[in-house]
Amino acid sequence: MLTVFVVCALFALFGLLLGYSARRFKVEGDPLVDKIDAVLPQTQCGQCGFPGCRPYAEAIARGDADINQCPPGGEEGVIALADLLGVEPKPLSAEHGVEKPKSVAIIDESKCIGCTLCIQACPVDAILGAAKHMHTVIASECTGCELCVAPCPVDCIYMEPVKETLATWRWPEPKAVGQ
Amino acid sequence: MRFPTAQAPFLAPVNSVNRIMLEVLVALIPGLAALVWQFGPGVLVQCMIALLAAELGEAAMLSLRRRPIVPTLKDYSAALTAVLLAISLPPLAPWWIPAFGTLFAIIIGKHLYGGLGYNPFNPAMVGYAVLLISFPQHMTAWLPPKELSGSALSFADNWNAIFSRTLPWDMTFDALTMATPLDTIKTQLGLNRLLDEIQSGGLFSGIGGRGWQWVNFGFLLGGLWMLKRGIIAWQIPVGFLAALFAVALLFFLIDPAVYPTPLFQCFSGAAMVGAFFIATDPVSASTTPRGRLIYGALIGLLVFVIRSWGGYPDGVAFAVLLLNLAAPTIDHYTRPRVYGHPT
Amino acid sequence: MARTQGGGSVNLFKLWNFHGGLHLDGHKRESCRAPLAVAHLPERLVFPLQQRNGEDSKPVIAPGDRVLKGQVIAHDDSPFNPPIHASSSGIVRAIEDLPLPHPSGLSGACIVIETDGEDAAIDFAGIADYRQCSPDELRRMIYEAGIVGLGGAAFPTSVKVAPGSDRKVDTLILNGAECEPYITCDDSLLSHHPEDVLEGAKILLHILQAERCLLAVEDDMPDALAALEKAKRCGDFEAIQLVRVPAIYPTGGEKQLISVLTGREVPMRGIPADIGIVCQNVGTAAAVYNAVVHGTPLISRIVTVTGRGVKQPQNILARIGTPLADLIQQCGGHTNEAERLVLGGPMMGFGVPTDDLPLTKSANCILVAGRNELIGEKRALPCIRCGACANACPVNLLPQQLYWYGRSDQIERALDYNLFDCIECGCCDYVCPSHIPLVQHFRATKGKAVAKRREREKADHARLRFESRQLRKEQEKRERAESAKRKKETLGTGKAPEILEAIERAKLRRAEKTAQPSGNSDPIDHDKRETVTPPTAAEAHRTSADTGHIENPSDDRKSEAQPMSSEID
Repeated sequence: MLTVFVVCALFALFGLLLGYSARRFKVEGDPLVDKIDAVLPQTQCGQCGFPGCRPYAEAIARGDADINQCPPGGEEGVIALADLLGVEPKPLSAEHGVEKPKSVAIIDESKCIGCTLCIQACPVDAILGAAKHMHTVIASECTGCELCVAPCPVDCIYMEPVKETLATWRWPEPKAVGQ
Repeated sequence: MRFPTAQAPFLAPVNSVNRIMLEVLVALIPGLAALVWQFGPGVLVQCMIALLAAELGEAAMLSLRRRPIVPTLKDYSAALTAVLLAISLPPLAPWWIPAFGTLFAIIIGKHLYGGLGYNPFNPAMVGYAVLLISFPQHMTAWLPPKELSGSALSFADNWNAIFSRTLPWDMTFDALTMATPLDTIKTQLGLNRLLDEIQSGGLFSGIGGRGWQWVNFGFLLGGLWMLKRGIIAWQIPVGFLAALFAVALLFFLIDPAVYPTPLFQCFSGAAMVGAFFIATDPVSASTTPRGRLIYGALIGLLVFVIRSWGGYPDGVAFAVLLLNLAAPTIDHYTRPRVYGHPT
Repeated sequence: MARTQGGGSVNLFKLWNFHGGLHLDGHKRESCRAPLAVAHLPERLVFPLQQRNGEDSKPVIAPGDRVLKGQVIAHDDSPFNPPIHASSSGIVRAIEDLPLPHPSGLSGACIVIETDGEDAAIDFAGIADYRQCSPDELRRMIYEAGIVGLGGAAFPTSVKVAPGSDRKVDTLILNGAECEPYITCDDSLLSHHPEDVLEGAKILLHILQAERCLLAVEDDMPDALAALEKAKRCGDFEAIQLVRVPAIYPTGGEKQLISVLTGREVPMRGIPADIGIVCQNVGTAAAVYNAVVHGTPLISRIVTVTGRGVKQPQNILARIGTPLADLIQQCGGHTNEAERLVLGGPMMGFGVPTDDLPLTKSANCILVAGRNELIGEKRALPCIRCGACANACPVNLLPQQLYWYGRSDQIERALDYNLFDCIECGCCDYVCPSHIPLVQHFRATKGKAVAKRREREKADHARLRFESRQLRKEQEKRERAESAKRKKETLGTGKAPEILEAIERAKLRRAEKTAQPSGNSDPIDHDKRETVTPPTAAEAHRTSADTGHIENPSDDRKSEAQPMSSEID
């Protein structure tokens, strides 16, 4: 009888302790979403099906989205998310797009009519221009999200892969172990 | 003129894995010779069976894993595992003991972890531990040393004993085999006898027990040669023997009636072969210099603990396996100070 | 750790050991036997414009210009990009993309000069007594002479000898410890022109205001030692102490040499000046002497051409920009067993696919390897965790851990194990029994770490821009809603000032219309009625500037004039 009483008392004590800790050490905000957002490439392209990287991060945290829906993040990004969340990495979901080499958008100035539709589409304000004025892409700010390509009524925007320079060149990975 | 490009360094490396393994095998020869001299050529038959099992097991696993077979077999690591296991077995153990033990060591102790370089445990000791726990009778049936046994068995006799379990004339296995000195001490201490009495028997003349001290001495020679050749680092054997000696000395001084002398501890059982050949297996041991000292010392300490108070007469195998578990942690906490960094 | 070195006429000097290191076969005798040759003038000189910081130098000449030897052909404002000078007179043939002497094999902008054979030079004006100049003036001279470190890293010397007022330098170390096999260019310089090096050391001492200079020479360079001792006796070189160091690779590495000579360690993420030391290559010191005293910019250097793939291995004083093929030709040309071409030494150099590349300021050795003299790809076995690499590492790192973490893409753990402290000397590679190409793995992992950090920064920057944009959009939306609300309110009262004005204007127009029934095309009326004049050119520019683009003002006026006339009707 005493045993039952002691065990119940212990349970009650632990319950109180846990409740107090939940209250006392509660973290405001949603750190998991922040952590997921920190891993995402911030292209804000919407290929994942969500209007930007933060909504996608929130969806992953809620459990509404899978981790393999971000093509700009590539396989590396999927693995980083898998590591963060402690789940198995999986291949990129084909229906959300394929991983493409890093590119920037370029406006063909001979065709641009100055309609500003691309300026409104760019999520990071990387296009310079105004109504009836020439538009141009600031290459250093362009994330390669391709959101400007579709709205252009004269199809004057195209994506060009970034060329490797001495500054961006990296030593290659050595071959795998012979065994 | 066009040239092929490659990356530096362009000088041919001086070491190779198979050279290291071969030199270790060569270093085993003095100890092996001592074993054959004291306990007969049975150990050679055990080596042959183990070698065959190791190479077959490794080849089978490599083909299953779709890796190149002949280049990998040529690194002699499987051969070394086989010989290390074979010399720990009683000379007259039936043939399926070395076969099973070696196959277990190679397949499960090595390849299922990923092959050479990936096994966290010493494969020979994995095989030995499995055999010891599964077949304790066979694994403790040693032969008397030459000085005691009188008539020696010929090679053919050994062969028959191992393969067909037959002995010449009407010798029986029970009558033929006897326990090792360490085994004797453990059982007799359990029967509340004292060391003076136990060690007065013929088995115990000399420092490590008759016969066994020569075996240990042989492995010590081999080990010193390896140190000189730079095959192994000094930290593990020195740590092992120093710790074993120190703690044995401590307890010997406290109660010499129950604890053997430190010299006895260092020259009996698998102490020398453990210090120089088994604990120094690079893949499963600690890798930093300070870490190796700690690793070796803890193994020595554990060997003493198991020998004195554990359930087995000789604790080298289990001590090594336990410290294999701890090696990554020891490495993590013994990182050397990098140039330019504070202490 | 410390031991005393003695012997010979070199003073007793206390030396320290560094951890690890290797004893390598020197292969020095092949190129040391022949005397120092002077290279013939090549037909063309090529000057790559790429600099250390990733920016290209800007050419100050154009194709077709005639240039003289020593004339500046490319310049940059940054103190990290010293100017490039023409190494001989000739005509600038082109400024074009050519393959670079770089492990990537990429091409880059280069100035190509076709020499005219005259070797006409500009007036070289040196200073007879450098002690009259202030250290800053001398630094300026070093910068203008285009001097960079000739030990291989090509760091701008004027920056290196300007440690700043918060760092007091007490020791200048001259690095003559040529530890890498095959390379003997420093040996050759010290054997043939030791006075240049000693004088250069004095100039550097004056610039740094340092007390002493330690000139380190390896003990397998006997000719150099003898020549230096002789030269020391012929002048006032009391402040310079000659020290013989053991020939262990990589004693010539800056950090290792500092710890061997002084027992001090360069602090992590620091520079030698933090502990009061500046280290310069002996070749750099000689170049400083030539620049200050003779006014010659850095247009030539000694380079070792060696290996079994070249017929007459030797050291050669070559002009910067000379094609490697020309130098190899002058050394007898290729033997028929020439198999591999390496720029630099066999431990830290890089392979190049062709000899049609220019000699740069940082090239110290052209190694043409014969058959099986050097190896290419190694067949790697798994790591057996033997620890030989850690024993050999001069920085006391744990290469096996860096290897495991690099291979498993655990970049953070690799950084935690001090990946970027690795000097890529190759000692670990050399001793690895499994023949793992460790240095290649470390280089790849470092590249991944840098790329990852760059991507992270870019992503954070993009996130910032996106969030600012979101804020701006919301603000615009709020403002629009507010002004719509305001408009609605004022419309209700009917008292808005703009509306009253508009009503006035309409009334006026109606009055004038009834007053003049004849017509409205009278130009005078046209002028009178128009209350809004077309924008002047200045105003058009201003409005265009607001939208970020200069537009033709007349176009603006036209487009705005159109609606005006329609309104009149």
